[in-house]
Amino acid sequence: MDEGILIKGGRIISFPGGLRGEADVLVRGGVISRVERGIMPSGEEVIDASGCLVTPGLVDLHAHLREPGMEYKEDVASGSRAAVCGGYSAVFCMPNTEPAIDNSSVAEYVFDRGVDEGLCMVLPHGAITQGRRGEALAPMGEMGSCRAHVMGFSDDGNPLVDSEIMRRAMEYARSMGALIISHSEEKSLSAGGQMNEGYYSTFLGLRGMPAESEQIGVYRDLCLAEKTGARLHLAHLSTAGSVELVRTFKRRGIPVTCEVTPHHFSLNDSELLSYDTSLKMNPPLRSAANVEALLEGLADGTIDAIATDHAPHALHEKETEFDAAEFGVVGLETCLALVVTKLVETGVLSIEDAISKLTAVPARIMEMERRDYRARIQEGDPANLVVVNPEIEWTIDPLVFKSRSRNTPFAGWKVRGKVLHTIFRGRMVVQDGELVMRPPGVNEEDKTIVPTAASGRGAGEGG
Amino acid sequence: MNEDVNGHRHLLAIADVDRDFIISLLDSARSFAEVSTRPIKKVPALRGRTIANLFLEPSTRTRISFELAAKRLSADVISFSRTTSSISKGESLKDTAKTLVAMGVDAVVIRHSSAGAPKMLTGWVDCSVVNAGDGMHEHPTQALLDLFTMRERLGHLEGLKVAIVGDIDHSRVARSNIQALNKVGAEVLLVAPRSLLPERIEEMGVDITGSLEQALEWCDVLYLLRIQLERVEESRFPSLREYTLQYGLTKPRWQNLKRKPLVMHPGPMNRGVEIESSVADEVESVITGQVTAGVAVRMAVLYELLGGSHG
Repeated sequence: MDEGILIKGGRIISFPGGLRGEADVLVRGGVISRVERGIMPSGEEVIDASGCLVTPGLVDLHAHLREPGMEYKEDVASGSRAAVCGGYSAVFCMPNTEPAIDNSSVAEYVFDRGVDEGLCMVLPHGAITQGRRGEALAPMGEMGSCRAHVMGFSDDGNPLVDSEIMRRAMEYARSMGALIISHSEEKSLSAGGQMNEGYYSTFLGLRGMPAESEQIGVYRDLCLAEKTGARLHLAHLSTAGSVELVRTFKRRGIPVTCEVTPHHFSLNDSELLSYDTSLKMNPPLRSAANVEALLEGLADGTIDAIATDHAPHALHEKETEFDAAEFGVVGLETCLALVVTKLVETGVLSIEDAISKLTAVPARIMEMERRDYRARIQEGDPANLVVVNPEIEWTIDPLVFKSRSRNTPFAGWKVRGKVLHTIFRGRMVVQDGELVMRPPGVNEEDKTIVPTAASGRGAGEGG
Repeated sequence: MNEDVNGHRHLLAIADVDRDFIISLLDSARSFAEVSTRPIKKVPALRGRTIANLFLEPSTRTRISFELAAKRLSADVISFSRTTSSISKGESLKDTAKTLVAMGVDAVVIRHSSAGAPKMLTGWVDCSVVNAGDGMHEHPTQALLDLFTMRERLGHLEGLKVAIVGDIDHSRVARSNIQALNKVGAEVLLVAPRSLLPERIEEMGVDITGSLEQALEWCDVLYLLRIQLERVEESRFPSLREYTLQYGLTKPRWQNLKRKPLVMHPGPMNRGVEIESSVADEVESVITGQVTAGVAVRMAVLYELLGGSHG
C-alpha cells in the first residue's frame, strides 16, 4: 500500500542545527527512512524539491477551529485542510468553543475529530476556568490525562480578571506540569475598544485600546509566574512595552515564552483608514513603532514563536459596521508566506530562525516529543514534513482558501514563499499546493500513534 | 468630496475635501440661503431626483434640515429611522442599503452611531452618500454650516481664533470643525480637561488648554459642545456642577469679558451646564442662525453631489 515518497534535491532544515544543505529524504511506512544525497528511486513517488526547503511540518500554537458550536465559521475538517495547505502538521486550538473545551469529553471530541480528518494533529488547549467564566478552575488534570493530553490552558479572549484565580491556576498548573497561556489584557482599559488607541483612533473616531491595557496584563501575569514558578506562555504580543517586559523577566530567569502573529508584524494601525473590518482583531494592529519593536524582539530572540491566532468569521460578521464586526483574522494559509516575505526577505530573521519559530520552538513549548513530533529530519522519525519554495511569488486570494472563512486583510498581497507539499505521518496530504483527497477509512491506524493514548473510540462516533 | 469608480460623488468627511471645495461650497450656500427668504422657497434644481434619509441614530434637527434642503431643491425625499426601517428587525446595513438602491434612489443621507458606516455604505450602494454624522468620526455638514455662520457673522475665516470647549473625545462635530477650520486657515484651541480629549489630538493641528478663562481672552469664536451626563459615570469628570464651575459659560464669566466672542453651539443646548440660561438667551440668535445656515449648506451639498453635470 505504501510505496513511499522520495523528496529529491531540497535543502534540509532540521533542529537542533538548522540548515543542513542539500539532501534527499526517503519516507516509508510513515517514517523518515533515509536522509542522504543521491538516493536512487525504487518505485517511490518522487518529488523534485530542487530550489526548495524541506522542513519539519509547522506547529501552530494558537488557532480557533470553532468546533464545537460555531461550525459555520470553521470546523476541524475545514481547519485541518487550511492548516495542511499552510504547511502545518499540528494545530493547537483554543477552547473558546460552545461548549468550551473545559473538560475531557469536549477535549477528546475535538482531538478525535482531528484524528478522523487525519490531515494533521489537532490538539486542543483547555480552558483555565469552567466555561471560561473566570470563576472556578476547570479540571486540568482530567484534561491532561485524557486522550487529547491537553497541556496548555487558556481562557484566551476572556482573560482572567481575578488575579487570585490566575495565581491559583498557575500554582495548580505547575503541579500538573501544565502550561498557562495568557491573552494578557486589562479589560477595564480596553472596554469598547475597536482598534489601537493612538492618532488613528482619534482621527477615525473609533474607540481605542491602549497599549497599556496589554502591558498591565502582561506585567501581572509575569509577576504571578515569577511568584508561582509556573510556566507561562504569552499569546500574541503586540506592543513594544510587552516585548520589553518579557525581555526583562527572561533576563531574570523566569520560564516565560511568547508568540507574535503575522498580522501584528506585517501591518500597523494606519491601515485602518479604510475602515476595513478585516483589520479588526484583538489585540489590535498597533502603531509602526510597536511593529518595529516586535521585529526587534523577533530578531533578538525575546519573541520565541510565531503563531497565527487563526480566527475565522463568517462574511456577515465582518461585512457590517466596524463597531459591530467580530474581532479576528484567518491566518493558517498565509502565515508562512508572510514570515518569508516580511521577516526573511527583509533580513529580520534568517530562514532557519524563522522556521525554528514555526516548528522547533512551538514544539518545545508544548513538549511535543511526547506526541512523537520532532522538528527534526532524521532517520526513524515520523515523517511530518513540508516542502516550501521560498522563491515563488504568489498572490493571496481568499476565494481559494480551504478555511471556511475568508476574513483576511492580506487579499491581493503579493508574497513570496509557497508551500508545495505537506507530508503528515508519511502520507502526502498536500501536493503541488493542492489537497490530496484520500479514500475514506484508511486512517484508522492513526489513532494509536499518540503513544500513551488508549484509543477505545469506535469509528464514526461523534462525527 | 470623493468620487467613486461609478462616478458617484460622496461627502463622507472633511478630511477628504480641500480648502477650495469648502470655500466654493460656502459661496454656493450663500445663494441657496437666499432661496429660503423667498415667499416660495423652492427651486427646481433637483426635480425628479430621489434622496433617502437613513437616520439610524436619533436626530431631529439634522434630519429635518436635510429633508428641508432636499425639498427646497424639489427632490423627492423618503425617510427611514431605526424604528421604521428593517434594521430594527435585524436587517444588516448592507441589506438595507441594497433595498434602497433597488428603489432607485440618487443619494443616501446617513446618520449612524458607528464610525465609518457612511464610507462602508459607498461600497454597497450605487448612488451618492452624504455623511450626516457617524459615531465619533465626523459630521461634515455641521462643520460647513458652522464655517458658513462664522464667515457670515465675522466676515472672514482666515486667521480666525476658534476655541472649542467640552467633550472633544466623543464629538464628531469637533473632529470635523478642527479639520475644516485648519483647512481655511483658522486657529483652533481646544478647552477641556485631558479626560475629555482623545489621544494625540494635538497632531490634528490644535492647541490645548485646560483654562476657559485663557480661551475667552484669546478667541473670536467660542464653540460650546453639548455635555452628557453619562460622561460622569465614565469618570470623565466628577459632576455636571464641577463641569459648569470649570468650563461652563456662566453669567459672571460672560459679563467680565471686555471683548465678547461669537458664541456657537451645535445644539441641543444643555442650559445650566455648558451655558447658563441667561447667557444662552443673549446669544441665541447666533445658534438659531446656525440652524438656518444648515438648510442652505445642505442644499449646496446636495446640489454639488447631484446637480449640474454630475450625478
